[in-house]
Amino acid sequence: MKSTSKINSKYTKQLSRRALLLGGMQLSMIAALGLRMRFLQINEAEKYHLLAEENRINVRLLPPSRGLIFDRDGRPIAENLPNYRIGLIREDTDDVEDILIKLQNLIYIRPKDLTKARKELSRVSSFVPVTLAENLSWTDFAKVAANAPALQGVFTDVGLTRIYAQNENLAHVVGYVGPVSDHYLKQIEDPDPLLQIPRFQVGKTGVEAQMESKLRGSAGLQRVEVNSAGRIIRELERIEGDPGTPTQLTIDSKIQNYALARLGNLSASAVVIDCSSGDVLAVGSSPSFDPNLFVTGISSKKYNALRDDVFGPLRAKAVQGTYAPASTFKMITALAALEAGVLKPDDEIICPGHLEVSNNKFHCWKAHGPMSLEDAIIQSCDVFFYSVGQKVGIDRISNMARRFGLGVKHDLPLSAISRGVAPTREWKKKSFEKNWLLGDTVNASIGQGFVLASPLQLAVMAARLGTGQAVQPRLIQNMNNVNISQEANKKLDVNPDHLALVQKAMFGVTNTKAGTAYSRRIETSRFRMSGKTGTAQVRRITAAEREQGVISNEDLPWQQRDHALFVNYAPADNPKVAVAVVVEHGGGGSSVAAPIGRDITLFALTGKLPNLNHYPKKLRREIQLEQENIVPKLIDWTSPKVKKPTKA
Amino acid sequence: MSYLEYNLKTVPTGFKKVLALNWPIIFLLIIISSIGFAMLYSVSGGVIERWAQPQMQRFFVGMIILFIVAMVPSWFWRNISFITYILGVSLLFSVELFGVKGMGAQRWLDFGFFRLQPSELMKITLVLVLAAYYDWLPQKRTSQPIWVTIPLIMIALPAFLVLRQPDLGTTLLLIIGGGAVMFLAGVHWAYFITIISSGLSLGFAVFQSRGSTWQLLKDYQYNRIDTFLDPSRDPLGTGYHITQAKIALGSGGWTGRGFMQGTQSRLNFLPEKHTDFIFTTISEEFGFVGSITLLTLYLAVLFFCTLSGLSNKDRFASLLTLGIGSTFFLFFAINMAMVMGLVPVVGVPLPLVSYGGSAMLVLLLGFGLMQSAHVHRPQSK
Repeated sequence: MKSTSKINSKYTKQLSRRALLLGGMQLSMIAALGLRMRFLQINEAEKYHLLAEENRINVRLLPPSRGLIFDRDGRPIAENLPNYRIGLIREDTDDVEDILIKLQNLIYIRPKDLTKARKELSRVSSFVPVTLAENLSWTDFAKVAANAPALQGVFTDVGLTRIYAQNENLAHVVGYVGPVSDHYLKQIEDPDPLLQIPRFQVGKTGVEAQMESKLRGSAGLQRVEVNSAGRIIRELERIEGDPGTPTQLTIDSKIQNYALARLGNLSASAVVIDCSSGDVLAVGSSPSFDPNLFVTGISSKKYNALRDDVFGPLRAKAVQGTYAPASTFKMITALAALEAGVLKPDDEIICPGHLEVSNNKFHCWKAHGPMSLEDAIIQSCDVFFYSVGQKVGIDRISNMARRFGLGVKHDLPLSAISRGVAPTREWKKKSFEKNWLLGDTVNASIGQGFVLASPLQLAVMAARLGTGQAVQPRLIQNMNNVNISQEANKKLDVNPDHLALVQKAMFGVTNTKAGTAYSRRIETSRFRMSGKTGTAQVRRITAAEREQGVISNEDLPWQQRDHALFVNYAPADNPKVAVAVVVEHGGGGSSVAAPIGRDITLFALTGKLPNLNHYPKKLRREIQLEQENIVPKLIDWTSPKVKKPTKA
Repeated sequence: MSYLEYNLKTVPTGFKKVLALNWPIIFLLIIISSIGFAMLYSVSGGVIERWAQPQMQRFFVGMIILFIVAMVPSWFWRNISFITYILGVSLLFSVELFGVKGMGAQRWLDFGFFRLQPSELMKITLVLVLAAYYDWLPQKRTSQPIWVTIPLIMIALPAFLVLRQPDLGTTLLLIIGGGAVMFLAGVHWAYFITIISSGLSLGFAVFQSRGSTWQLLKDYQYNRIDTFLDPSRDPLGTGYHITQAKIALGSGGWTGRGFMQGTQSRLNFLPEKHTDFIFTTISEEFGFVGSITLLTLYLAVLFFCTLSGLSNKDRFASLLTLGIGSTFFLFFAINMAMVMGLVPVVGVPLPLVSYGGSAMLVLLLGFGLMQSAHVHRPQSK
């Protein structure tokens, strides 16, 4: 037994040895673990602490509320109205489809929105709220809110949405907002982080786009603690952003509204400017469109209809459209000639009905006989200006045009403002690589050919003609209740006697029997206007056609008819407003544009639907009927939607 | 040496058995498990019913099992060891056939009232049967090839079945744990060198097989290894576990963020925060002090276990005690090394702390066996 125990003790010793060896290995591994702990938790602690904070804290942007836009009397133009929305959080409901059916039984949801929401629901994490419908009526919203217990996972919330209270009235002025496009984001360097917020809206056209930086405001910040899935656990800090700057326009919504109503279904535009301040009181293009359609997302069918309409409702014709100013340009030619000294105030030229210049026959609309400058403007004789224009030369004419604001880009915060054209020799060389011809000057002297002007420029011209001042148009009256000061108007560098002669002639146009717009005169002496009609030819009349008799506008297709123009300022002796009206392919200036200009002028001066007493007696019946047609188109300014807010 | 050779007079009987228990280990187990309860309470965000309470109930059941097992003489366990081994292997086969699928693996047997994870049970059973085997085997034959092959097969069979589930962590635990018992039993060095070098060649083969038709591991296992080698490669994908675990650990600093203040676990950045990765929460909330304390507690368990094993004159009891100690060591060492980014994530729970019924019950069963060996040890004359 002794040997056995010896062997036993040998193996026991071996076991102890091995156990200690194993224990040693285990101990060294434990030591390694301890060292690793020390390394991670002491040496690297700071690094990992930062990483943990990064994990935990998320910074979110709080979109600011967009600056409001008012007209000069404080009537709302663009507002932020509560946007009643309902949405769904998938994880809070057992059966999404069942809830959607229940919801549809309760309120109407557009199928388009529903498809979009379904798609989003299947894509996003289950806790992410998905919007089902926006801009709900209060009743629908209340219905959903009241039935909330039965609608698992459905939530209601109120956001802000842009609303254009006056709908079509100021579409071309205020423009509209829309979601940021990827294209736009790529274009700008260092974009405002706000632009990355889904559904964030920026100005797309008009004042909304041009004043974007002021209207947008700056983002607020919200630091939140989030979990690994990005769900907000709690708010740590909140810094409110700055709301956008409230902006007051010089626009008088009432005049604007009347002007648009008066233009009716014509493809036309009208601009009304305050002669002393240059305030743009109205700048209307007809037909118009509802900018609200674009905010909520316009259907492609509606958009295509707007885009393809030959009357171009999306175009801001008043600032963007350029037209041959035609006879409304004659004052410029006259002043250029008087200033250059090539024409004396009482010089007479005989109009035989046409003038031959370098083998081309230039026609007048009738054989006027002997004409003084005053007669030529009053009766709109072309031959007089053909002959005077040749003497002055195009460069001096264009120079005068620019002094009156033609061929100059007026700096208004509107989209696509046209510069127009006050042509010169170099300009033609550069643009067409052709030499200037005498015939070009002849055409330009009556505002045809290369001369182009927008209705805004024509209104500025009328204001400058009426006041002798370099009236500068402006559209922004104040920002954040601080008036935008504008330099006082400078006196135009034109001989006052010459200007007075032209003014007298313009008075004659609308107030003497020979005048082209005599029948469109204003009877009431304190509102009498001075103006000038224009009929811009848009096609070439061949010699053959002239022999057979010129085809009248009514017999031509719409696109080939003449543009009708009228510019004026009133009251004639102390100009307050200047108006320009252009009716595309409307026909004669005196028959189509002048009556519109007259009515808008009267409205702007009196502030209400013109009293029939201001019109010549035999027209009153006709005008009364016309007014009855316009009244339904006017906005009811007592409705709370557009009512001027009473000051608190 | 059969149980008949025991001097029954020197082995404690009746109530004396309770006094003869290795109480330091029992206290340590209670302390460690309590830390676990607190941490489960913390990661649940203060909802005791969620994890902490079921864990306490299991611990309670486990402690009862421990005491019952400890009161039964160790020779009884030795005599039924082979039966339990056969039973364990059969259960593993049943998993292969009828197991419940969960988390991409087939690990559980559903008995309705209880979900058993036979691979957990196997960890203890294997140690038990190997200890019995070497107790039975004449010691001079220990290193003879035929007698070395038998325990190798006994290890390889369950290891292979577990690997099929697939559960790499348990497979490793079985192989290393079984190997530890063989090492303690005195198997010749040469075998270990051969096995380890062939293991390395197998590892090489594993990598070589990747993407081929005879691919040895599942894709996710390869991914885990890749991620281990370079966690930053895919920080939001498979590297997420390790990266976030390290952040949690590191952000703890010296003393941690305080109880229930850990942002990583509370905000769900940590996956499996209540199971395999619970150590990260301890480290985050109690810092270096907390994690080193837990490590020390584990070390103390290992120390008392080794001490008990060394002082036990009974070969079976000694091998069993040291084997269970080694298994326990492997549990916490692999788990900690894994969450600290020292070894790949293999899915080994932190013993007594991680949420999970099978592991808790099996560990306490193991310590019950160890206590039984301790109580019924031959007393010095």
